[in-house]
This record gives sequence, C-alpha cells and structure tokens, in this order.
Amino acid sequence: MNIASSAARIEQDVKTDELVINMGPQHPSTHGVLRVILKVDGEICLDAQPDIGYLHRCAEKIAENLIYGMFVPYTDRMDYVSGMGCNLGYCMAVETVAGIQIPPRAEYLRVIVTELNRIASHLLAFGTYGLDTGAITPFLYGFRERELVLDLLEMLCGARLTYSYIRIGGVDGDVTPDFMSKLKEFIDLFPKKIREYNKLLTFNHIFMKRTTGVGVLPPDVAIAYGVTGPSLRGSGVKRDVRRDDPYSIYDKLEFDVPVGTTQHGGPIGDCWNRYHVRMRELEECVKILQQCVQMMPPGPIMVEKLGRVKPAAKAEAYTRMENARGELAFYVVSDGTMTPARVKVRAPSFSNISVLPEIVRGQMIADVVAIIGSLDIVLGEIDR
Amino acid sequence: MNELALNLPVWIDQVNAHTGLRISVPAHLIPILAMFLCASIVAAAMGLSAAVLVWAERKLAGHFQCRLGPVYVGGKFGWLQSIADGIKLFLKEDLIPSDADRPLFRIAPYPVVLGVLLAFIAFPISEKLMVADLNVGIFFILAVLTVEVFGVILAGWASNNKWALIGAMRAVAQMVSYEIPMGLAILPVIMEAQSLSLKSIVNAQSGGILQWYVFQSPVFIGISFLIFFIAALASLKRAPFDLPEAESELTAGFHTEYSGMRFSFFFMAEYAGMILVSGLAALLYLGGWHGIFQGQAGPEWFLLKTSFLVFVMIWIRWTLPRLRIDQVVYLGWKVLTPFVLVCVVGQSFLAYK
Repeated sequence: MNIASSAARIEQDVKTDELVINMGPQHPSTHGVLRVILKVDGEICLDAQPDIGYLHRCAEKIAENLIYGMFVPYTDRMDYVSGMGCNLGYCMAVETVAGIQIPPRAEYLRVIVTELNRIASHLLAFGTYGLDTGAITPFLYGFRERELVLDLLEMLCGARLTYSYIRIGGVDGDVTPDFMSKLKEFIDLFPKKIREYNKLLTFNHIFMKRTTGVGVLPPDVAIAYGVTGPSLRGSGVKRDVRRDDPYSIYDKLEFDVPVGTTQHGGPIGDCWNRYHVRMRELEECVKILQQCVQMMPPGPIMVEKLGRVKPAAKAEAYTRMENARGELAFYVVSDGTMTPARVKVRAPSFSNISVLPEIVRGQMIADVVAIIGSLDIVLGEIDR
Repeated sequence: MNELALNLPVWIDQVNAHTGLRISVPAHLIPILAMFLCASIVAAAMGLSAAVLVWAERKLAGHFQCRLGPVYVGGKFGWLQSIADGIKLFLKEDLIPSDADRPLFRIAPYPVVLGVLLAFIAFPISEKLMVADLNVGIFFILAVLTVEVFGVILAGWASNNKWALIGAMRAVAQMVSYEIPMGLAILPVIMEAQSLSLKSIVNAQSGGILQWYVFQSPVFIGISFLIFFIAALASLKRAPFDLPEAESELTAGFHTEYSGMRFSFFFMAEYAGMILVSGLAALLYLGGWHGIFQGQAGPEWFLLKTSFLVFVMIWIRWTLPRLRIDQVVYLGWKVLTPFVLVCVVGQSFLAYK
C-alpha cells in the first residue's frame, strides 16, 4: 500500500484537523515581536505566514518632518543590533544628495565602527541561534566578546546600542590612543574566540544534525524574493555590496566573501550554511579591521563648515550598503528645503523574512524556529 | 521500614524513661506511625535534595557559562538561593487559565511528584539506610516512575493551550520510545545478579572497583550502562531531550500555564528524578555503596557516585543543543533499542552457567 492511500485510510478512520498556532508576537524565539501564523499537522508545519507591524513607528514619515541631521538617531532604532550600519546608510544617502565629500579619516572610522558593529551583530546572531536550537551556553560565550565590542564603541561615542556616531559629513568624535590599543588587543584575541565558538556549536554533531538540510533556500528563490546578506550568501550566491559596488573605502580593502558550501555534508542554502557564513564573516571582519588600523590616515574627521544640510530641489539619491543582515538602502528625495521630501528604507530583514513561507513547508516545528533564527531578522528594521 | 516498626516501641519506651512522659502507642498503630515517619523523611529528603540540586545546577551552569551564578542570597556562594526561590514560588498566585479544565489542571502536578516520591521507597542509600528492601525493587521503581507521564499528559491537555498540548504529545512519544531501552538496559544486570532486589544487586558487586558490573562485564553491561543513562536523560526530559518543555519552541511546553506551587512540583519532580536515576545507575552499574577497594563501603560512596552522575547530567545540559522530535524517536527505536537487545542477548550467553 502506498503512502497516499494509507494516509487516506487514516483520514477515513481518524478524522484529523490542522492546528493553527500563533507563534508570537510574544514568543521566546521569534527574535522580537514577529507573529507567525503556523498551520501544523502534528509536528509537521504545513504553512507559515509571518505577520509584521507590531513595531511600526512611522520612521519614514518622521523623516519628512525633521531636518536631515535630526533623523540620524532614528536610524539607530531601525536595525538596533547594528545601528552603525543604519547611520552609515542614511548619512551616505544624504551626502550624495547634498554633494558632500567627507574626509578620508572619517571614512576609515566609519568602516571600523561598522565592522565592529557587524561583529557585535553576528555574535548576537550566533548566540541566539544557539538558544533557538536549545544550547544556552553559546549565547553567553557570544555575549562575552560582544561586551568587548560594545565597550569599544562606548569609548568612542558613549552609547552601547544606539550610537548616532556617524553624522552627516563625517563622524562624531576621533579615536583615542587608548581605543586603538584596545582595538588591537581585540583583533588579536578574537580569532581564537571564533575557533572556540566553532568547537562549541558550529561543528557540534547535534547542532549539525539539527540544521543541515533544514530550510533549504535555493538561490533562484532567494534572488526572486530579494534576500540579501548572509542569508543569500548561504545559498551560494557570491553577492556583497562591499565587493560588488564598493562604497566608502571598501575598494582599498582586501577581504573574502564567504558563501555556502557542501563541504560539511549539507546542501547549499540550508540553515547551517546561512549560520556558517556569518561565522566566517567574523573572520573577514577581523581582516578588515586589521587593514583599517594600519592604513588609517591622520586628518579631520568632519567636513569643515558644514552648516545645515540643504540639498538642491529635486535632487535624489539611492545608496546601498552591506549591513550585518544584508543590503540596506536609503532613498532620499529632496525638495530644496531643510527637510527631505521622502525617505524610503530598503530593509534587508523585510525581504529576508518574506521568504519564510517558501522554505518552512514540510519542516517540523523545531525547524521553523531554526529557520527563523538562521534568517537573523530584526523586527525594528522590518517594521520601521 | 520494618526495622523502624520493630524499633519504635523500644524508642518510645526509652523516651518515656528519660523524660518521665508516659507516651503509649497502641500496637496496631505502630506500623502506621512507622509508615508516616518514613513517608515524611522521604518527602523531606526529596525536597531538600531537590533544593540543593537546583542551587548546584545554577551554580555550575554559571561557571560553565563564564559567569558566577547565584552569589547574594545566604552570604557566600548564594547557597540559600533555592530557599528564596521556594518561598517565592509558595507566595506566588496559583493562576488557572479561565478556559482550562480546572479539576484536571489542579490534579496534574500530583502524579508527577507522586511517581518520583514512590520510587524513593525502594531506593537504598546504604546497606541499612532504606525504606523497604522490596524483592522486586528495581521493577517497582521503573513502574512508578512511569506514572509521571500521566501528570504531564494531564497538564498538557488540561491547560487548553496549543503549545502545552504539543509538549504533552512529545512527552508521550518520548516516554514510549525510551521506557523500552531503559527497561531492557537493566536486564543484563538482573541476569548477572539473579535478583530484582536492589540490595542484593549491590551486594553482588562488593569487593573493589573491578567487581562493579560496569567493569565486571565491560562490553555488554558497559554499553547498557550508557544506554540506561541516555534513556534516563530522555525519560527525565533533560537536555538534550528536553523537547516537551523546549523553551525556544514551545515557550515552556506542558507547564506553560502553570505558576506558583504547582509549577514548582514539576520542577521538583525533575530534580528529584535526576537524583533518582543517577542513584539507580550508581546502584545497578557502579557498585552502589561499595568503594573502590575491597572492604570499603558506606553511604558516602553512593552519594559520591550519584553526585558525579548528576554532575554529568548538568554538564550535558549546559553544553549540547536540543534534538528534534524525529531524531529523538529515531535514536530511541533504531539505535538504543537494537543495541540494548544485543547487550541482553550477549549477557544472557555470558550469564549462562
């Protein structure tokens, strides 16, 4: 008897129903206030619809009522795990609209802080992914080093989460010698810690069993949904704005773009590959930081006599940058006044979570958690 | 317990002689009094050991995770932390969801505690220190431990919460899959000892470390020891088999809706269960109260072995990720059960004399 007819017989004998479960908005592993409407048959997930909007704060509309510089703190609150990236994305867009050239030292500082912030963000992703798969200790290990990164950023701008360090026309303050020595210490220390993470979680047998072959995202589907960042690279697509369309000083830096592989037994595009791409990106971040520390020139860190930004009427710009979660883009339109006519944000997490229903069908409930975790979303950015 | 019942009249006489009181207990009440005393001692010991274990686990987890764990309550090392937690749980409101099945919801925690509590009856700590030396001791313990799952199912069903229901379903699947390897893993030991009484099983292992069953027959009993330990982890719902309460998937699984004292019953049963199965493993495979060298014996050896196994359980919990339900069931039926069957057959050839 084949499976279909036996399933039909079971259906005839025992009438079974699908169970609709609300996962979230208050759920430990939806990474914020995401609500997923799960349709399950026992443990098998038949469908999942993400429901977003619980953290909507009208950020784009607020931008229209503020002068350009005043919107920078709001961008921190979008992707609150890597706020530096959001600052940078917005400031680049405004600088392009207003035609501002920023000094080279500021460019280096911007890259240093965004890469540090990328490390902090990926460490959070690493830790929470451990939590999602049921291992609690990696979270604390990740936070131990994230603390060092946050201490560094705190030395620089006084804030640990919402920095507003990158300003239109440069950065807020220069680094101190103390900061540089601490940064070098961190660069020396961190590769050892990455090896520790890999021992603890990445190559753990149970962890690999849980994540390889789960939630396989084929490259064509990923591109069709506009998935970017580590989630796209996990599917084997070598695409990184820092390399393909270099902004700031990334054309002068050497770094690899890790993509998903089949080396470790799983298919390309599964949860484990998405996760592993992040772990390998941590190493690349260290490489970039090393180069920046060596190459950073002296000089001013802010454009002189910037005054208030007032771009020409009908000037517009769409700039993109590679944030920790993917391609973050700001579209800024000016109407010649002190406030922008329109600011549109292309948030990577928004596109990344939209692919969820495609890849969870037929997986188990525990896999849904693993898949959401591997997409590494931040709800502040999705809802804005 | 029988000894206690025999000694009670003597003790009462002694108390009367020393204090001048004239307490007299009718002869037919003596066994009941002994029973009552034993039950209180077992319950108190279980609660106390669970409290110590909760503190130990939090402290150990802290150090596994590069933090300190509890440090404030009770001065040094936060050793009164579990008392504080207990008081908090006592004082908390016992919430019952409005759509829950109230009677079932209220009853559910009791079978869970009852199972573990009953199992302590046949649980010897040393040659003398035990409530009752049942001639089917090990069988009795396995049987009453299974009662726990009824409470879990009741809790999951009565909560009227979908997560709780899924948690209960998982608990059942897990229990069914792991009771079998757990029960079978004990068989080689029973065959070797030719007794179901824990006391005689332990006494058959006297005479130094090489007489412990795990070293006496390292292949078959050694493997069945590992299988017993894994299956015990699974039937206790400890990580990496904590799927019924997987907090990142099912919020808190079957006890999502429980609070206050009722929640602490589930909690206490888990920790008492840890001590119980670790002690059982120590009794069956590691020589119980017999020491490393011949002639050494005493409860301290037993406690040492038990705490080592409990430590391993805690260590595993704070290191490993959680399995998925299909992997758990696969491991139970397709890996552990065949291996343990091989052990049983192999040991039965060795035991044939």
